[in-house]
Amino acid sequence: MNENSILEMRNIDKVFPGVRALSGVDFTLRKGEIHALMGENGAGKSTLIKVLTGVYPKDNGEIRMAGHDKPVNIKSPEDAQNIGISTVYQEITLCSNLSVAENIFIGREKSFFTNWKMRNKRAGEILKSLDIPASPTQQLGTCSIAVQQMVAIARAVDMECKILILDEPTSSLDEQEVAKLFKLMRELKQRGVGIIFVTHFLDQVYEVCDRITVLRDGKLVGEYEIKDLPRLMLVSKMLGKELDDMSSIKSDSGGYNGEDKDKILFEAENLSSVEAVNPFDFHIKKGEVNGFTGLLGSGRSESVRAIFGADRVLSGKLKKDGRDIKITKPIDAMKNKIAYLPEDRKEDGIIGDLSVRENIILALQVLEGFFHPFSRAKAEEFADEYIKLLEIKTASTDTPVKSLSGGNQQKVILARWLLTHPDYLILDEPTRGIDVGTKVEIQKLVLKLASEGMGVTFISSETDEMLRTCSRLIVMRDRHVVGELTGEDLNQHKIMSTIAEGESE
Amino acid sequence: MKTGNIFQKIFRRQIMIPLAAFLLLAIFNLVADPSFYKITLGYNSAGNPVLSGYLITILDYGSELAILAIGMTLVTAASGGQDISVGAAIAISGSMLLRCLCGADTRSENLNMPIICAFLISMVVAGLFGAFNGVLVAYFKIQPMVATLILFTAGRSIAAWINNNELPIVNDQSFAIYGGFIPGIPIPMPFFIAVIVMIITWLILKFTNLGLYVQSVGINEKSSRLNGLNPELLKVLTFVLLGVCVSVAALIKTSRLMTINYSVIAKDIEMDAILAVALGGNALSGGKFNIPASILGAYVIQFLTTTLYKFNVSSDALSAYKAVVVILLVVFSSESVRGWIGGLFKKSVAVKAGKEAKS
Repeated sequence: MNENSILEMRNIDKVFPGVRALSGVDFTLRKGEIHALMGENGAGKSTLIKVLTGVYPKDNGEIRMAGHDKPVNIKSPEDAQNIGISTVYQEITLCSNLSVAENIFIGREKSFFTNWKMRNKRAGEILKSLDIPASPTQQLGTCSIAVQQMVAIARAVDMECKILILDEPTSSLDEQEVAKLFKLMRELKQRGVGIIFVTHFLDQVYEVCDRITVLRDGKLVGEYEIKDLPRLMLVSKMLGKELDDMSSIKSDSGGYNGEDKDKILFEAENLSSVEAVNPFDFHIKKGEVNGFTGLLGSGRSESVRAIFGADRVLSGKLKKDGRDIKITKPIDAMKNKIAYLPEDRKEDGIIGDLSVRENIILALQVLEGFFHPFSRAKAEEFADEYIKLLEIKTASTDTPVKSLSGGNQQKVILARWLLTHPDYLILDEPTRGIDVGTKVEIQKLVLKLASEGMGVTFISSETDEMLRTCSRLIVMRDRHVVGELTGEDLNQHKIMSTIAEGESE
Repeated sequence: MKTGNIFQKIFRRQIMIPLAAFLLLAIFNLVADPSFYKITLGYNSAGNPVLSGYLITILDYGSELAILAIGMTLVTAASGGQDISVGAAIAISGSMLLRCLCGADTRSENLNMPIICAFLISMVVAGLFGAFNGVLVAYFKIQPMVATLILFTAGRSIAAWINNNELPIVNDQSFAIYGGFIPGIPIPMPFFIAVIVMIITWLILKFTNLGLYVQSVGINEKSSRLNGLNPELLKVLTFVLLGVCVSVAALIKTSRLMTINYSVIAKDIEMDAILAVALGGNALSGGKFNIPASILGAYVIQFLTTTLYKFNVSSDALSAYKAVVVILLVVFSSESVRGWIGGLFKKSVAVKAGKEAKS
């Protein structure tokens, strides 16, 4: 084993029924480095991490760690924790009904009795040292997702881990929070902790990482020093092909040119919901792609949820195709051919234990009504059609959707809504936590749907993504609409200045 | 390797859990005393041919349990909890049935109204009590076991109150059919009733979206709502359906006795019904369900009870014996043990393949 390395994984194989998830993968982590693990969905990143943390047993290969003469045998996540491997997952895996302090210490009791006073004090110190805005006695569920994520990291940090795995930690953080996290990561790096960083944000990789290991289709593509691998090369290595010129996708699709081009598809007046969105006006035309932008917590998700009737609506007059409509619950919106892909895929999107097929037909099946179930053959036909159309990677239509990778789960939900043939499609963070290739696919799909006359509202935390797809942006701040940008104004700088200075209407 | 996969696949099927338990009990009885399987054809007091024997008892009494297990499976799937008021609800429904049949005169010679009308009324009453449970669970978000505890406690008193605390006795023999035999057919009627209920259930699952909706709500309520479902209404619906099953079981139970004993009728039957669902391999936390497995589970429970009676276990000690067997069944059907056994198959096959390759 090399002197500098604290972890060496050699020749790791992992086979699932029907899929070879990893074959002969090597991975080396050195002391005090931040090492990015990159690859598309299904490339094997998650599997590799789960092998390392003892969630899956490996089929072949060996794992060596500094301080251990023999290869280590990690049989369970507990084993992994005991030898100093801590993981912070993409989705919050803490208990939201316990307090922050309890979450930091849970499962690590050394004695049967607990000194809560000491514990809360200690938790307070940790939170303070990491600059996390939460109180130890606060119930975790009342914190924002970003803060919950940081508590998870605090927990890992406090376990004095040698290897810290961060699996998509930044996908729900805003810029300031990301900066704080990076500061923390660099601090840990100074202390000699090896950090494995899994993310889809390329900017972040180049900002904070020292090395990159790229996986593709379960195989190792290579390990690179960050300075030797320019961005474009990284992307093409991940995809295994030259990347489409992303900036040109908008001009490629000609836009919608139907006769009713400028007809207003949907409009809302004075709309507000219990989720404390201030009353706002909104409209979308046929074939238009617009978007809500703003910082995390500015109310962009809450606004579209109000449109779909996902939260209890307090006020508002809605019109669809010029006719007055009423939406008080999601089914009303669905009947008016409005579809909504929610922000939180795991909580609000998938029905985890049900099959891919059942997940795809669900919304249409609800629209069809209680007494009109599809025949098995019909359901298979629908599922196959959309699996093919969206290139969903699944072993069969019977596979439980929860066993798919994040990007493929997202495509399943997208398939579910496309199957209902909506006029107006709302996509809230459809590209969160999925790989570059799929992101581009989804953006292209959005533009294609719009060119066929569908109205699409697109929300993303990545502003450049919205600039590429949207022709009109509604800017929000503190749950108010503060501005609307079109044409020439659609640029990063203008968005930032509107968020910062825009007048509250 | 291929055979290993087939073994594993078979072993992973949910229906295998109650099936394995069933086979185990069957083999045990075969070894211990083959006379268990003796079936004799005799004549009952009315001169009609009837089959008797332990297997017939299982078929007879297992059927009411199977009917309840169907409803309990749906409630479990949708709400992730169980209804413990089933026994009390049977008392209510049975009491209502007798009240309708006998009218004000508890010893009347003639039926007060046709049996079908009385049965439908008792079904509506049982459905309403089911809806009561369902509303507490769905709209007031009370844990199902706690919500149904109310009816569990009060149900038998309500049942007694319906008949002014008297015990009506039905004298018309046409009512005895449902818990006994149809003249000329030697197989117990409850079995046929259960088959009818199963067929209706199958038709409902085939021609409506009940299965998809209920599983969806049971797995992810938030997401189901965003897909246009009404989770609360669906939960209430499953409790109402369980109420309908309860009224059928009450018909059989009261028909057997031609009267009712409020404090004893269907005592502890809810536990057997819940056990049938669990033995069928359904997660008691809700979500995906498998009704045939629950039905088989119900018959297995009755098989077990009958076996214990056969070996002269006194009714006081019965539950203790039952508990031991249940522990074994549940442990062996648990995910981890099944995975382990599946693994053994894989290993032995792999070893065999290795030897073949060497030779």
